[in-house]
Amino acid sequence: MSKSGTILYLDGVSRSFDGFKAINNLSLVLDKGEMRAIIGPNGAGKTTMMDIITGKTKPDTGEVFYDGQIDLTRHDEAEIAMMGIGRKFQKPTVFESHTVEDNIVLSLKGPRSIFPALFHKRSAGEQRRIEEIFSTIRLGDKRHDLAANLSHGQKQWLEIGMLLAQDPKLLLVDEPVAGMTDAETEETARLLKEISKTHSVIVVEHDMHFVRELGVKVTCLHEGSVLSEGTLDFVSADERVVEVYLGR
Amino acid sequence: MISGKFFVAGADRRIAITILILVAVAILVPVLNIAFPPDSALHVPSYMVALIGKYLCYALLALSLDLVWGYCGILSLGHGAFFALGGYAMGMYLMRQIGDRGVYGNPILPDFMVFLNWKELPWFWYGFDQFWFAALMVMLVPGLLAFCFGWLAFRSRVTGVYLSIITQAMTYALLLAFFRNDMGFGGNNGLTDFKDILGFNVQANTTRSALFAASALALALGVFVTWRIIGSKYGKLLMAVRDAESRTRFLGWRAENVKLFAFTVSAVMAGIAGALYVPQVGIINPGEFDPANSIEVVVWTAVGGRATIVGPIIGALLVNAGKSWFTGVLPEFWLFALGGLFVFVTLFLPKGVVGMYDQWKAGRGHRLKAAATGDAPPLAPVSPAVESARAEKGWQVPSGGPEPAAAE
Repeated sequence: MSKSGTILYLDGVSRSFDGFKAINNLSLVLDKGEMRAIIGPNGAGKTTMMDIITGKTKPDTGEVFYDGQIDLTRHDEAEIAMMGIGRKFQKPTVFESHTVEDNIVLSLKGPRSIFPALFHKRSAGEQRRIEEIFSTIRLGDKRHDLAANLSHGQKQWLEIGMLLAQDPKLLLVDEPVAGMTDAETEETARLLKEISKTHSVIVVEHDMHFVRELGVKVTCLHEGSVLSEGTLDFVSADERVVEVYLGR
Repeated sequence: MISGKFFVAGADRRIAITILILVAVAILVPVLNIAFPPDSALHVPSYMVALIGKYLCYALLALSLDLVWGYCGILSLGHGAFFALGGYAMGMYLMRQIGDRGVYGNPILPDFMVFLNWKELPWFWYGFDQFWFAALMVMLVPGLLAFCFGWLAFRSRVTGVYLSIITQAMTYALLLAFFRNDMGFGGNNGLTDFKDILGFNVQANTTRSALFAASALALALGVFVTWRIIGSKYGKLLMAVRDAESRTRFLGWRAENVKLFAFTVSAVMAGIAGALYVPQVGIINPGEFDPANSIEVVVWTAVGGRATIVGPIIGALLVNAGKSWFTGVLPEFWLFALGGLFVFVTLFLPKGVVGMYDQWKAGRGHRLKAAATGDAPPLAPVSPAVESARAEKGWQVPSGGPEPAAAE
């Protein structure tokens, strides 16, 4: 398969921890501008896959290419983040002792060295970008609140907003609706659909209702490799998927 | 470089007041010591000048620890090492100023080297006859050690208790090294018997007053620099690394560099504190590297209040004043009292004296507001969680009201 035109290209990736194969000969291709939902039971290797893409973990074997030609296995977290891959953790991780706005300010695309940060003054362009992000994640009225005081759902949105502030090409979103109310889940689906108009997105999620709402191609992982891939209806009709999810 | 805006910004009033007090103290205390005769009621005795001058150096040391511990979560149990290195650099200058007035009358070699039968000055003592060189080394040596140490530790992602342990090992290793006579720093006895600093007698009242003023001004500068660092985008990043290091990494920041900068700046501040301390107490010996000293600095900072800038200063002054009093009355119980104080503060005042004051004030402000509006609501408009989180930010509480107005 050709790497050109892909935003993410994983081929034959394996990674084991103390003999346990968390990722086993995994191949996955994401086209530019595509949104993909990844499902799979616990221990299927979803988080390890994210760790490999974002440079937190190195694969034992296999190729991981970003944007057609960049070998991600040669870079660390900060470099990969700067190249345009944003990651949202499973547990919402925001800077709780800062205001919502400062959380966005720290995430804004820009130089990442110490001395510019010491003497940084906010520019009009940055201000405009902050407003844009607030209008997308709809937290503008909370901007002066401490992030610690946001609800669980609002923290998830703030974290997504922080990813957007980075201006990434590819967003990895790990379980965005875990612990959300139905209304929050719907709002999150809307938010992700809007983001996917201009970004490539991978969403890992257990909530089938939410995945259906996204209406995108689904990849089911099991024991570290791809079990089934296609529309949600196709995947959920797949006997092997049913077996994995429901048990024998 | 104090801008006019600095004094009008109400939110940072506490910092402005602290700096003004320190500058006033730097002027007033020497004047009261020198201009008034000893029998005058306004006279500040010389021993007080020396004692408070020493406390001010400790306060600067505590402030430097606060920068890394309070704002970046790096619990250094070896900050005394940077303080002592700055002190030794100053001590070396003071030793070379003695010249041929030492016991052995050697114009080049300090007494302890003559005693050890050394024939020539070791290379690392070159240049210390110049004040500018010594002043440079006061900052450079602790800064460089912190840079190298931090570069290795933070790159290897050593954090938490492991980092604390290796900082303690670092100061202990230096303690053992400086105890050795052949290190060339006076061994067990350290450096003492100083005569002049910049041509002035270190024992003279005027010199002591000048050193006192320098300490107060250095502390004021330290407060200003720390406040500017914390208020910058970098300062926010520093706290972000403290609260969610991996998040900063996945946003593209190099958390190790963020920590390294603060750690190095902090070590330089500690070094300056040590350099001002040594001429005031008249001696520097390896005992300053004792890990127990570094732990005491942690206690001062915790008592005053972490991440408050003013807190560590208050903590250092309070605990040391307590120590001076206690060691006079019940010397053998001081360490128990110090340990008890640390346990008490950790359990009951996690944010220290300043944090407690902020919390109390925030709570009172609420009740007053509720009373003023007449129909006091049964529930505070802001949840206690908000309140305590705000109190943690200290003086950054917006003065407009409990809920800051939304910009939209």
